[in-house]
Amino acid sequence: MILIWLIAILLVAGALAWLTGRWSKRAPRWISLVAVSADFVIALVLWSRFGAHVSLASHGPWMEQVNWSWVPQWGIHFHLAMDGLSLLLLLLSFFLGIISVLASWREIQDKVGFFHLNLMWILAGIAGVFLAVDLFLFYFAWELMLVPMFFLIAIWGHERRVYAAIKFFIFTQLSGLLMLVAILALYFIHHAQTGQYSFEYGDLLGTRLPVHTALLIMLGFFVAFAVKLPMFPFHPWLPDAHTEAPTAGSIILAGLLLKTGAYGLLRFVIPLFPGAAHRFAPIALVLAIVGIIYGAVLAFGQTDLKRLVAYTSVSHLGFVLLGIFTFNSWALDGALMGMIAHGISTGALFMICGQLQERTHTREVGRLGGLWSTAPRMGGVAMFFAMGSMGLPGLGDFVGEFLVLVGTYKAHMIGLTVAAAIGILLSTLYALRFIQSGFHGPNVNQWSVPDLVPREVVQVAPMIAILLWLGLYPQPIFNTFKPTREAIEKAIAPAPSPALSARVVSRLQLPRPPGVVARR
Amino acid sequence: MYSLLWLIPALPFAGALILMIAGPRISPRAVKAVGAGSVCVSTVISILLMFRFIVAPPPNHAFVQHLWTWIDVAGFHPHVSLYLDSLSMLMALVVCFVGFLIHLYSTEFMEGDEGYSRFFAYMNLFVGSMLTLLLGANLLLLFLGWEGVGLCSYLLIGFWYTDPANGRAARKAFYVTRVGDTAFIIGLFLLFTHLGTLNIQALMQRATAQWPVGTPLAMAAGLLLLGGAVGKSAQLPLQTWLPDAMAGPTPTSALIHAATMVTAGVYLIARTHALFMLSPVSMHAVAIVGAATLILAGFSALTQEDIKRILAYSTISQIGYMFLALGVGAWSAGIFHFMTHAFFKALLFLGAGIVINACHHEHSIFKMGGLRKELPVTFWTYLIAGCSLAGVPLVTAGFYSKGLIIFQAGASTYGSRALWLAAVVGVFLTALYTFRMIFVAFFGDAQTPVSHKPGWSMKIPCIVLAALSIVGGLVETPRFLGDIHAFSNYLHSALPAAASAAPGAMSEGASEAYVTLAFLIGFFIAYWLYIRNRALVESLSAPAVCKALHRFWHSDWAMDWLYDRVFVQPIMGLARVDKADVVDSIYDGAAYLSEALYRGLRQTETGRVRWYAAGIVAGSVIFVALVLFL
Repeated sequence: MILIWLIAILLVAGALAWLTGRWSKRAPRWISLVAVSADFVIALVLWSRFGAHVSLASHGPWMEQVNWSWVPQWGIHFHLAMDGLSLLLLLLSFFLGIISVLASWREIQDKVGFFHLNLMWILAGIAGVFLAVDLFLFYFAWELMLVPMFFLIAIWGHERRVYAAIKFFIFTQLSGLLMLVAILALYFIHHAQTGQYSFEYGDLLGTRLPVHTALLIMLGFFVAFAVKLPMFPFHPWLPDAHTEAPTAGSIILAGLLLKTGAYGLLRFVIPLFPGAAHRFAPIALVLAIVGIIYGAVLAFGQTDLKRLVAYTSVSHLGFVLLGIFTFNSWALDGALMGMIAHGISTGALFMICGQLQERTHTREVGRLGGLWSTAPRMGGVAMFFAMGSMGLPGLGDFVGEFLVLVGTYKAHMIGLTVAAAIGILLSTLYALRFIQSGFHGPNVNQWSVPDLVPREVVQVAPMIAILLWLGLYPQPIFNTFKPTREAIEKAIAPAPSPALSARVVSRLQLPRPPGVVARR
Repeated sequence: MYSLLWLIPALPFAGALILMIAGPRISPRAVKAVGAGSVCVSTVISILLMFRFIVAPPPNHAFVQHLWTWIDVAGFHPHVSLYLDSLSMLMALVVCFVGFLIHLYSTEFMEGDEGYSRFFAYMNLFVGSMLTLLLGANLLLLFLGWEGVGLCSYLLIGFWYTDPANGRAARKAFYVTRVGDTAFIIGLFLLFTHLGTLNIQALMQRATAQWPVGTPLAMAAGLLLLGGAVGKSAQLPLQTWLPDAMAGPTPTSALIHAATMVTAGVYLIARTHALFMLSPVSMHAVAIVGAATLILAGFSALTQEDIKRILAYSTISQIGYMFLALGVGAWSAGIFHFMTHAFFKALLFLGAGIVINACHHEHSIFKMGGLRKELPVTFWTYLIAGCSLAGVPLVTAGFYSKGLIIFQAGASTYGSRALWLAAVVGVFLTALYTFRMIFVAFFGDAQTPVSHKPGWSMKIPCIVLAALSIVGGLVETPRFLGDIHAFSNYLHSALPAAASAAPGAMSEGASEAYVTLAFLIGFFIAYWLYIRNRALVESLSAPAVCKALHRFWHSDWAMDWLYDRVFVQPIMGLARVDKADVVDSIYDGAAYLSEALYRGLRQTETGRVRWYAAGIVAGSVIFVALVLFL
């Protein structure tokens, strides 16, 4: 039941923010802040109970779930469920949600109520994506994220906002439709085999597919997730959308929307189509490496600070893709850590870009520079997160990238490991360029800008602390992810024999509750 | 007692944290107290531990302090734990001690600088990272320190950030060292994959147990670690960053780019010596890199005018000696030279800082001159350090450490005549460039009036280091000069004794005699050219060939030029050309196509009924034709 609350709070808060936005600018901000914080606290409480859950193995894979029948004749359920993976990503979502509300506090002065409606509904959609285990519901949530995001970019964005918003929409919508086709195909094949209509994740896991059909359906899912991730060569929507979005939009795009792609790969593509994923892996791995290097070189070449940061995402998410398709424990843990750490460090870099733009009204490298002398705190914070982005040990990104590469090497893909390690080397280029062009160098334009204000310090301080924590003591994250990771590894275990996949199914499958049942 | 170990790196980290958070708001006195104080306490603790270590060593001569489990994933579980043995103890002590003296010096040197607290924050962060590097029990923690010192080096080279040239030098240093780090990290993957751990001691045991001598894997691992080491220690072919790194404040050059950080590569190889001994190819590679570097950098040092750049090339050259020592299996000799080098090279930089300040920030030695009388303390300490660097026989520390390396380069089973000869030529070059620098800067007529004299905070570190530059060598002496082996005996628990002398090798006395001869030749040429007959220098360098050679050496054998063409320009060019992302144009093309299609089709929407009627007729005809004929 508590899972419903996580989403409902956001939806209601969004509606309230819109209504109160007619009279006040402050009310929507406070309402949103309280709502997201409440969700964050709930997620923290759930996490604190997680340890107890793991020891009670009888619960099955989910630690929390809600399962209502929605359209029974078509087998559609309103089924939300949570395991370690979704819990961690929810924590990240609500944390970055708080940050984006705070980041918009001053920046958004126009249509404040409607802005927060969109912000809250995007977060609700994201929470839905991370929780839905009914594929129909999943697709619904997937689309729910998209529309408010479109408005966010198109209304509150920068100079080329409409172009960027439409580009974003077309890319995600087209790839989303492929996923819809794939979902329906799976649904009908499952019906043909069992005589039962069901969108239920647990049911569909057992579907036996001919090799080529599996590959095709897998590709339908894969493309949707690869566009979100974004994988080379599906990335061109990202720099435009990230650059033109308002700060909160950039933080959510980079920190969360990209993660829904990675989540989809982990949750659906691998467990549903282990054989096809195995066959497809070489292509995905090579594209991941191309993305790592291509993104880094392009980031280095940009002259717009936000665009620079945007391209770094292509590079970082390349590591995540590499980790996911390497399929072993180290790489999967690394991919997860990469997702979380990237959310924090890149989110923070976008926030800094937003703060710079708020103060100087420019993002052009040529017009900035030398800001350290007037805003040293901001410079120090930027330096910290730039170091995170270039994979300095002791910060979260390093743990992720290192583990991914350990896994890749362990899988005897030495060439790929070396290429990806060169990608880390290239990350030095863009990270230092970011610092140099923003904060070092002479202050030729005589900028005199205020340093971080207390509200901004409140935003960055926890982000710094979390990135350090992830870098120095990441074990709690891995422990939380462990049951899910083990299930994924079992699903993908080499050449899945029928007996093995049956075991996997029994592990991932849920006892289907009769009728309308809500646990807890 | 040993449980205090964690405080040694933790205190400087704490100091850095305090200074970063509160630095700008507290008084310079408080900054001094925190910045120098934290390193001072660390030094005291390490001295106490050193005593304890000598008097009552821990079981097996090693102490492990487990702090927490860093990561634990499917058999990969590096801990955050510290490992204290005679090697890491010694190096930690030298780093703390020299670090403290340089912090003390900096309290005065950096006085009045806008970024006073920022400077000490970075310096403390550096000392903490360096100590983590030294004390880390596994390679991953070592790598954390390794990257941490790289970061601090970048921050401190670019400390005066408003000058774009400093920024360029700082970024270059970070880029180039990270090239080496990439090799290092791949080495870590290899070691973990094949040996299943990153704990250094376990790794060494497993490597020795599982890999026979000469295994390709051991060779690959050794060469990859060597790649990391040459980056950090500025050896061929990655030495190009160090001369530019002199853009940083002089105390930084003394601490990071001379005494401590740049010797991290030496430490890495000594730490993993068991691995290198499994691979003769890697050993030879280390020795050859060292020998080649010490000669090439010696020639480059001869041609520089900037006092700090001379010292930078000299550092590269001296670290070349340490690599040579490691490569011939003279482990403790390499560490011995690390120690004496830390003393005299730090002192040279501190002296150079005083001289540069005294001469209105003038770096060229040819614009100094005559400083002997104006800055007596500085002159004498600088002279002592220079003598130690050049290896003045019998009385200086440098003579003993370098002599030992040179002897073993010839005598060891890994050594050879060629390596020995390179090392002796290196002595000649060292004497020549060192005394050229001293004679030009301190003797002759004053060129620039002295404007600023150092206070005691700057003089005391110089005096202490000068004393150590002399007596520091007496812990290990050749057979015919007292036959003391305190240093190698102390290190024996961590590093094996030097490989036994090959039969028919030169005796230690003969080797020392040749070294002395090489030194004397170098010294007298310098004396002749720069004291007695300055005009001769002009006439010697007049011919076009000599000028070209001078330019070639001055530009560090044109390696910067080469790297610029081969690596920098292509990457920059690619980034610039593809700024707009060529992939995007595919999608743009699709967008254009559909727009063009729309424009084309729009032409048919004319609003004229006869066109529509014609369209309907044409469509029907085609449709009927299709039905009929297909």
